[in-house]
Amino acid sequence: MSPAGLPHGPHIHARVSVRRTMGMVMMALVPATLFGLYLFGWPAVFLFLVTIASAVVAEALSLRVAGKPVGLFLGDGSALLAGWLVAMTLPPWAPWWIGVLGGFIAIVIGKQIFGGIGQNVFNPAMVARVMLLISFPLEMTTFLDPRPLFSAAAPGFIDSLGITFYSAVDFDAISSASVLGAFKTQAREGMGFGTFVREFFDPVAHLSGYVPGSLGETPGVLIVLGGLFLIWRRIIGWHIPVAMIASMVVLATLFHLVSPDRYPDAAYHVLSGAFLLAAFFIATDYVTAPVTPAGRLLFGAGCGTLVFIIRSWASFPEGVGFAILLMNAATPLLDHYVRPRIFGHGKGG
Amino acid sequence: MNAVLKLFPIRGGIHPDGRKQRTASLPIEKAPVPPMLHLPMRQHIGVPSEPVVSVGDHVKAGQLVGICSKDISAMMHAPTSGEVVDIGPHVAPHPSGLPGLTLSIRPDGKGDCVPLLPPLDPFLSEAESIAERIAAAGIVGMGGAVFPAAEKLELRSIYDMHTLVINGAECEPYLTTDDRLMRERADAIIDGARILRHTLGVRTIIIAVEANKPAALAAMEKAARDFLYVDIRPVAVRYPMGSEKHLVQALTGLETPAGQLPVALGVLVHNVATAHAVHEVVRFGKPLISRIVTVSGGAVRRPANLEVLVGTPIRHLVDHCGGFVSGPERIIMGGPMMGTPVANLDAPVVKGTNAILALTKDEVRARRRLPCIRCGACVTACPCGLEPLDMMARIMKEKIAAAVDIGLRDCIACGACSYVCPSHIPLVHYFSYAKGALLDQQRVKAAQMELKQLAEARNARLAAQARAKEAARAKRKAAMAAKRTADESGTEGLNP
Repeated sequence: MSPAGLPHGPHIHARVSVRRTMGMVMMALVPATLFGLYLFGWPAVFLFLVTIASAVVAEALSLRVAGKPVGLFLGDGSALLAGWLVAMTLPPWAPWWIGVLGGFIAIVIGKQIFGGIGQNVFNPAMVARVMLLISFPLEMTTFLDPRPLFSAAAPGFIDSLGITFYSAVDFDAISSASVLGAFKTQAREGMGFGTFVREFFDPVAHLSGYVPGSLGETPGVLIVLGGLFLIWRRIIGWHIPVAMIASMVVLATLFHLVSPDRYPDAAYHVLSGAFLLAAFFIATDYVTAPVTPAGRLLFGAGCGTLVFIIRSWASFPEGVGFAILLMNAATPLLDHYVRPRIFGHGKGG
Repeated sequence: MNAVLKLFPIRGGIHPDGRKQRTASLPIEKAPVPPMLHLPMRQHIGVPSEPVVSVGDHVKAGQLVGICSKDISAMMHAPTSGEVVDIGPHVAPHPSGLPGLTLSIRPDGKGDCVPLLPPLDPFLSEAESIAERIAAAGIVGMGGAVFPAAEKLELRSIYDMHTLVINGAECEPYLTTDDRLMRERADAIIDGARILRHTLGVRTIIIAVEANKPAALAAMEKAARDFLYVDIRPVAVRYPMGSEKHLVQALTGLETPAGQLPVALGVLVHNVATAHAVHEVVRFGKPLISRIVTVSGGAVRRPANLEVLVGTPIRHLVDHCGGFVSGPERIIMGGPMMGTPVANLDAPVVKGTNAILALTKDEVRARRRLPCIRCGACVTACPCGLEPLDMMARIMKEKIAAAVDIGLRDCIACGACSYVCPSHIPLVHYFSYAKGALLDQQRVKAAQMELKQLAEARNARLAAQARAKEAARAKRKAAMAAKRTADESGTEGLNP
């Protein structure tokens, strides 16, 4: 008989672990990821692998430096997931070093310098995305039309190695703006949203994901399905995604009704850019979001509102990364002030 | 009577795998008398009982062997006839495995009884005499809290009560003792509940049973069909539904104010096994010397529901159940959520023991603890509206007062938070540590207060002494001065 163990129960445990939780999130990401890799071909595959490898190596090195058990913490899957999420938000044909830097920034600056898993204030993937966007605006906003794997327009395996590792591609010839960038440019030149929608925005294409955009952000339907899977398996709560989407829908609709040409409608906002990916997979990051249901509703609403504000009035076409980081900074405050009512207190108690 | 009655939702809670099927269909069987019985003098909340027999004495079943020494305590009776062979330290049913004062009896196998107390007709008796009888029988809360039942009855003089709840929720996994008792002895339980109702002078009896025990519910319905004031209510299957505050909330919608007991709402809660014990002592004069114990867990060869003499060593029950299939990872006394690990199989079954569980590695599912990832599962699971992760963070920094600020004292230690934690953090362990530290602080504070009072008293005494000395000196001085004056004047008088 082994030692009686801790003097306190429970002596049984739910079938849960950090590794299982991370695994479930990765499972939910698989459909959108596979679609993205298919859509943008071998260069996307290489970038995806490079980014994840960089994150895992950065995690192992950091753990080594910190003197923590490397195997134990690598085994929790959190570094793999962080690298995966960074890759999802990168332009699919970005050069290899963007992926390496992204994975490294996410793990070292985004997570390990705060003390490792559970300790970071900001979402690691968003830290990486925003730092890269500010440092390398050109590489980070060069998108292209989908070139599905094995189609005529898709580069072969060897050519793709060149695209990712030697930047052997003339983007001027093939690049294509994401819908957010396109509207920003067109609006500057005086085009109203009504005209823009007719010419450039196809909601069905955005739902399916067959549009220019980041590696894993485009397939709205697959992302939502993954998110619903996580809610069904109780890995995430419904509060953040619902609040984030609802606040965006309300604000966008309101402004669109007032000035339809100046402000895009809700469908455009929700289906474009990283919005859905963020609502289900980024804003719901446990570590950097509040822990109470009410706090999560406020957090989600804050994210949606900030995305709308940044997209509408700031100079960047996309606001998801900034919005999430700003709300991450507000999380300790939300957790401090928004607490559940304790049994037997208040309510006439 | 009515199965479909409004119930109120409780917050949080979990749905652990019940694992009751291994013993739920097994009738209660009598465990054989062990070769030695060990009666710890402390089996209840409060102060230990005092032995009233000596080593070498022959005792009979039901004979009083321990009496209440102070306020909150309980009587103790010999479970069978035999010789008192030792009164001294013996391993106690406590995780520490430390010894406590224990009365050891070697049964003689005859099972001779002392004359039982005469049966009472409860409905013709004064509440006072029934309460006395319950106290004399040494009945304690048998759901696990082991609060002396008679003391709980005394609350009738303080609170205005209207409802008696008989708790048959049995929400802990594995346990089937209350389930079996309700199926097999429903009439006795209803009778015990009616006796308690009469004693307390309340109107209504609610018998609450988790909906996963249809046979028990049916048996109780049948036994209660003639009593309109008995209300059998199936409650939702959710741990910790059996927590009395939460059960009362689910049944009445009333929330017990923090720091108080449900009796403050006029509702008294007793366990079904306690009601059964009350019936036994009032109707037949039998003191509490045995109880039903579920012996289960994956490591037990032949799980069973046993009627066991109080004081039976755990080893005896395990042997009776065919021993272990494989080496158990953990042996638990009580339910797997709130029970305590047993360090030594020589520890005895006590009045509050509802189960002995030998759990395999696969059942315990212990894992290395990882850092908190703030998933909030503990916040969702907490039935008390607490934030276990935040309390833990504060306790880890030794900020106990800060943990109290966010509800440490409201924690009922149900373990729902630890159960769902993906990082396998032993949250309840932290809370117990902090509650212990609070007690220590209070003790230190009390000691300091006492010291301060003693010091003040000493200072006052010294000051009084000094004053007295001063006064005496002044008096002496004055006397001397007076004498001198008198002498001088005398001298003058004498020598003009």
